[in-house]
Amino acid sequence: MALISEGRFIEDAWRRLADEEALPKSGKIIVSLSRLEHAVAHLDAGVALGVLAPNTTEPEPLAAALPRLSLISIVFPAFADGRGFSLARLIRRAGFTGELRASGRLLADQYRHALGCGFDTIEIPDDLAERQDESQWQAERTAHARTYQRGYVAPGSILEARRKAAAK
Amino acid sequence: MTAHDPSLARPNTPVTTYRYDEFDAAFVRERVAEFREQVRRRLEGSLTEEEFRPFRLMNGLYLQLHAYMLRVAIPYGTLTARQMRRLADIADKYDRGYGHFTTRQNLQYNWPKLIDTPDILEALAEVEMHAIQTSGNCIRNVTADHFSGVAPDEIEDPRATAEFLRQWSSAHPEFSFLPRKFKIAVTGAEHDRAAIMVHDVGLRIVKNAAGEVGYQVVIGGGLGRTPFVGKVLRDYVPRADLLAYLEAVMRVYNRFGRRDNKYKARIKILVHEKGIEEVRAAVEAEFAAMDRSAFSYDPAEFERIAGFFTPPPYEALPAESAKLRAERVTHPAFGNFAEVNAAPHRVPGYAIVTVSLKPIGGIPGDATSQQMRVLAEASERFGFGELRISHEQNVILPHVKQDDLFDLWKLLDGAGLATANAGLVSDIISCPGLDYCALATARSIPIAQAISKRFSDLSRQRRIGKLGIKISGCINACGHHHVGAIGILGLEKKGQESYQITLGGDPTFSASIGEILGPGVTAEQVPDVIEHIVDFYLAERQEGETFIETWRRIGHARFKDVLRREGEDGADI
Repeated sequence: MALISEGRFIEDAWRRLADEEALPKSGKIIVSLSRLEHAVAHLDAGVALGVLAPNTTEPEPLAAALPRLSLISIVFPAFADGRGFSLARLIRRAGFTGELRASGRLLADQYRHALGCGFDTIEIPDDLAERQDESQWQAERTAHARTYQRGYVAPGSILEARRKAAAK
Repeated sequence: MTAHDPSLARPNTPVTTYRYDEFDAAFVRERVAEFREQVRRRLEGSLTEEEFRPFRLMNGLYLQLHAYMLRVAIPYGTLTARQMRRLADIADKYDRGYGHFTTRQNLQYNWPKLIDTPDILEALAEVEMHAIQTSGNCIRNVTADHFSGVAPDEIEDPRATAEFLRQWSSAHPEFSFLPRKFKIAVTGAEHDRAAIMVHDVGLRIVKNAAGEVGYQVVIGGGLGRTPFVGKVLRDYVPRADLLAYLEAVMRVYNRFGRRDNKYKARIKILVHEKGIEEVRAAVEAEFAAMDRSAFSYDPAEFERIAGFFTPPPYEALPAESAKLRAERVTHPAFGNFAEVNAAPHRVPGYAIVTVSLKPIGGIPGDATSQQMRVLAEASERFGFGELRISHEQNVILPHVKQDDLFDLWKLLDGAGLATANAGLVSDIISCPGLDYCALATARSIPIAQAISKRFSDLSRQRRIGKLGIKISGCINACGHHHVGAIGILGLEKKGQESYQITLGGDPTFSASIGEILGPGVTAEQVPDVIEHIVDFYLAERQEGETFIETWRRIGHARFKDVLRREGEDGADI
């Protein structure tokens, strides 16, 4: 797997913990959603906790665990399945400030959608990373100066820019 | 726009359409650059065809039966003369000299090359046009009443709302990968010319008890293989909440719309399976939970947009033109055109003219580049340089002086654009069918042509009166056959084309889905069947009754009966 952050491929400091693996005493681990409650209750305070959430996850049950979570990784089963974008919005709205990760066969062309909905990092399979090199992610990150929507994370909203231009 | 723009020097320069500011222009240019890059990456191999597909669709590019097809957006159907000329130039340079106007206020080119499409998009961007979101599983080009701003029965021009929505929906970060395509239509009049009841979201501009303008929101309408008339989600949404409310609708749909089966992925299926109450509860809960201030409606922005849709400088004229009255008598062919294709205008002395793209025996919605140029000229000489595209696949000149109608008619007649059949039986809506479309199971165009020829006598058409025939070449229903007073659906049965006839469809506020008349008939039989239905209607109708009114009064069974009897008499129906 390759991890993209701020338009660059970076080392992943997180490790996915298999359900049958014992909880570690240190490090950064990502557990499955079904194991989340158990991990919150039993994990050492020094271990950073992340969760792998299917895109059909309801945000409400996650809410209780949010203060303990440092990472939420939302699964994109296919790049054309946009449910993860809405789920990301809801998780951010619930107050999550940690790392929000999109995991799946996402394309560089969708980077701005992901960033706009509150994702920080994108995790893609290696074969895809080979075809979509860093320059494509970097280009997509910087290509779109402004968007029409407000309330989304974006370099700038056209509506704000218009307002500023009109005030001059 | 620069001061050197030649269109500014023309008389009758349009004053009633939205003009891009620097941000709109930059946005569209960025999209073109992005698509150019995507085409390059596709050709170079860093995008597979499967990966490229949604992005080319979001830029209007389809892979059709024989070639690529480019679908250009004509937002809310409004077009300037300059833009129409550009469409003609593109048709000549990159296509085969014609374009096809569709039921969703788009223009389709049937023969562009993939490698040329970024250049075409650039040529469009120069005249403030684009192909953004004319396809794909995103919020499509927003459509509106083609009589916007000139209809006598209008509460408010819906184009300001449509433009507001065009901007909001363009490249939306959250809603560009929906379960399926998503279509929004807006009307501001008492009579629905935008078919809002058969859209994913239909917006009807209404006033509340305090006289404030807001929106009735209808969701879950649609045609295709499971046609539904939309249901009212909310009777009144204040303008200030429109975007927030639509975000709530879209979020509910994005999260809960089915994705296991593309035929069940539209919002109409969600509404059907969950029930409107459950969907409403989910939307209202989301709406209540949102931080509406974060992306709140900006009244100044709405006013800025609405400010473009102001009336052109009309002259003060008598309500009825004496010149027109005289010319109607001296030139009967013109008289028929004026009677059938001119509609009442809100301003005295003016008319709304429908230019039919349905010549007898022609291909519905097709226009040659030369015809497009004549239309551009007509709009400049006689209509403040503004045109509209209707969902009936015709072109509208929204502000023609009654005094000018005769000269307009002569100009149109010289270009084969004066067929006096607007709303009549040969004003047929038809999809491209098997002649172009990769999805189609039967031909549509030859059926439309055969019916048109059968009813070629325009005086007979006038006697029959308003009657909408709509033809689709497959169950996806792009020809809207379900809401045709007479609908025709082409299917393939055992290697043969078979046509199923429906009666009683209605796309307006009183929307209804047509009922099937009986077993399918062959292509050759279709004109006979239509003629029998029409004859039966003429025999049964009461004074002033339209086809649909007669059908509703006497019932579907009577129509079925008469056809059964005709069949026994040897008509082989």
